[in-house]
Amino acid sequence: MPAHAGDKVLFGFWVYLMSDVVLFASLFATHAVLQGQTFGAPSIAELANLPFVLWETLILLTSSFTVGLTVYFAAKKRKVQTFLALAATLALGAAFLSMELYEFAHLVKEGHGPWANASYSAFFTLVGTHGLHVFLGTVWGMLLVVQLMVWEAHATVARRLMCFSLFWHFLDVIWIFIFTFVYLFGALQV
Amino acid sequence: MFGRLTLDAFVHAPVETGAQLMVVGGAVAVVLLLTYFKKWGWLYHEWLTSLDAKKIGIMYLVLTAVMLARGAADAFMMRAQQVVAVGEGVGYLPPDHYAQIFSAHGVIMIFFVAMPFMFALLNLIVPLQIGARDVAYPFLNSVSFWLTAVGAILINLSLVAGEFAATGWLAYPPLSGLEYSPGVGVDYWIWALQISGIGTLISGINFFVTILKMRAPGMTLMRMPIFCWTALGSMSLVIFAFPILTVTLSLLALDRIFGMHFFTTDMGGNAMLYVNLIWAWGHPEVYILILPAFGIFSEVVATFSQKRLFGYTSMVVATMAIVVLSFIVWVHHFFTMGAGSDVNAFFGIMTMTIAIPTGVKVFNWLFTMFRGRIIFATPMLWFMGFLTTFTLGGMTGVLMAIPGADFQLHNSLFLVAHFHNMIIGGVLFGFFAGLTYWWPKIFGFTLSERLGRYAFWSWIIGFLLAFIPLYLLGLMGMTRRLNQVDEIFQPLLIVAAVGACVIALGIFFQVLQIVHGIWNRKKNIAGSDPWNGRTLEWATSSPPPEYNFATIPAVEGRDAWWLMKRQGKKLEGREEKIHIPANTPFGLFIAGCTLLLGFGIIWHMWWLAVLGVVGCIVLLMVRSFMYEGEH
Repeated sequence: MPAHAGDKVLFGFWVYLMSDVVLFASLFATHAVLQGQTFGAPSIAELANLPFVLWETLILLTSSFTVGLTVYFAAKKRKVQTFLALAATLALGAAFLSMELYEFAHLVKEGHGPWANASYSAFFTLVGTHGLHVFLGTVWGMLLVVQLMVWEAHATVARRLMCFSLFWHFLDVIWIFIFTFVYLFGALQV
Repeated sequence: MFGRLTLDAFVHAPVETGAQLMVVGGAVAVVLLLTYFKKWGWLYHEWLTSLDAKKIGIMYLVLTAVMLARGAADAFMMRAQQVVAVGEGVGYLPPDHYAQIFSAHGVIMIFFVAMPFMFALLNLIVPLQIGARDVAYPFLNSVSFWLTAVGAILINLSLVAGEFAATGWLAYPPLSGLEYSPGVGVDYWIWALQISGIGTLISGINFFVTILKMRAPGMTLMRMPIFCWTALGSMSLVIFAFPILTVTLSLLALDRIFGMHFFTTDMGGNAMLYVNLIWAWGHPEVYILILPAFGIFSEVVATFSQKRLFGYTSMVVATMAIVVLSFIVWVHHFFTMGAGSDVNAFFGIMTMTIAIPTGVKVFNWLFTMFRGRIIFATPMLWFMGFLTTFTLGGMTGVLMAIPGADFQLHNSLFLVAHFHNMIIGGVLFGFFAGLTYWWPKIFGFTLSERLGRYAFWSWIIGFLLAFIPLYLLGLMGMTRRLNQVDEIFQPLLIVAAVGACVIALGIFFQVLQIVHGIWNRKKNIAGSDPWNGRTLEWATSSPPPEYNFATIPAVEGRDAWWLMKRQGKKLEGREEKIHIPANTPFGLFIAGCTLLLGFGIIWHMWWLAVLGVVGCIVLLMVRSFMYEGEH
């Protein structure tokens, strides 16, 4: 059945997200296998500052709410609110990234870098891949800010905003799994 | 400035220097010819920047042909080495070079022959068969092609600068880790596959959406030609399997670049994790290749038996069953890992289960031929050759699915014979059948049937001569990847080498067939429907116009074109505004940046890698502002 361009793009983006699920699934599996292989070093869960990670989680969850608002305001054609919501999303994303980088830097400084043992390699790669996605999402969001200014109420921009919000929610879901399986379950095992 | 790249990287042993000169010479010759005939503009505007799926398909075919020549040369070198390096003899290839050759042979044949061949046929035929004007995302299609081409370029660059992996085609660690492979060979392998793999994933999504969203009105899923069904199955596998490859390659790269410990022997690394991950991608990959071949055979057998396909529904169900089953058999590639009898038994049984849907297909094809008025055209010959050899290969596969038997046969030439049986007798014969079947449609002229028959008979006889001895050698205990062998193996190895020469004759006839066809193209104009076809691609002119169909056809049943011919109907349907995407060089440029990225990482020229990444991002951003460029 012939579909409009928008349907095709949105559907294709869903399919891409599904393939990204498989990518993360592979990383989760790797993490599950290597989690205990610290070679005598303390586990990441012992080193992690759980309240700090909880704040990261809350920040990312809030950004998911604001990206929802962005799409809502864009659909209502309320320009200023759309910009504000998108800006808030990107700011929260940047805050999340900075906190993650701070956590990584702290671990490395303490001598717990990804090259220390297999468990840390798996941890940094899984969480880092999520972080890389958030980073690319933030860059994409900034691009969308410019495109909103250039062609405000155009269907293409609305479609891109929709894809962006799907991507952002997806990263949120992945983070929930990271928070649960890497940090919380890890803490239970300590 | 140049990282690890020094002048030494260009200095090789004599045999390798020959290959190096051939790559450089070939590239220089192409450049000179293009300049002499002033064809650069034509090449750039008509081909390199084209978003027409049919042109992209033809570019995939060219890539396939070039890489097939390279992969076949590797095969002949190996056969020659094993004939002469017997007993005390060491042959003409030093062990390290020999290891690079068998690694490159496998990588090239799978990733840069079979895969582009498949995507060539998908690009050329799928949109036509579903009555569409294009694929879902023409621009991404161009990006995919160029990423695949960059992978192929990196592999060939490894002949010029540095070396290739000497690890086997799947580069198991710890051998492929930094400790045992400190050179650039494994890095070439990683980045060639990583870049082309991303291209494949994008193609997978593209065709998946094309098939699901762009069918002509009236073409319900159960009215689709089987080739489209198998393409859909194959693309689903691409979408779910290739991310695993991406992860696996990335982890190995992290081990090698940042000294991480995923697969190392120390600090808690786990090499068997790699083997599991790579085969969780690798087994579906086998079905990614074979499913479209099954689809081609289904089209061919119905057309040349002049009957509708027997058991259409069971064919669809069997295809989808294979899609699901292909994800739960991967451990059969390493029963000897020692996962325990329960695990091995499960995967053994699952592997045997795959023979059931495959068997259903074989019987469907046989029943399609039953009481048909069979025409023995060359595509049909390829089909019948496939049916015999593939059944043989399938049975040796079921044999090895028994873990106990596999402990004996693992890593022996029996296994090598088995998978060549499947990939040559199944995949390659399938794609050859497809190419000869659709050639008149793609290029508008027919090929010599006589030369086609010569090619087919040379291929099948050569194939049997080259690979039946390997089954026997495997049972005699000869293991794979040997660059020096015991005397008792020599007679059969000579037979295998003779078989390789007969295959070479087959390739010669194929080249001759194409040259002869081009030479006589004015005499042998194909017309739109030379084979009395059944599906929509035969409803439009040969070659089809850029927009495929002037009016989008209305489909009223399976074998839509056959139905129209029976009812005396012309191709008519909904008029729709034709819009053709404008050419764009962005696919080419983005892929060019990934080439810089790959080359930069391989040689530790970090500035070049950063330049490549920044280039990609900037190009994508610029492109995103050129929206609506398609009108």
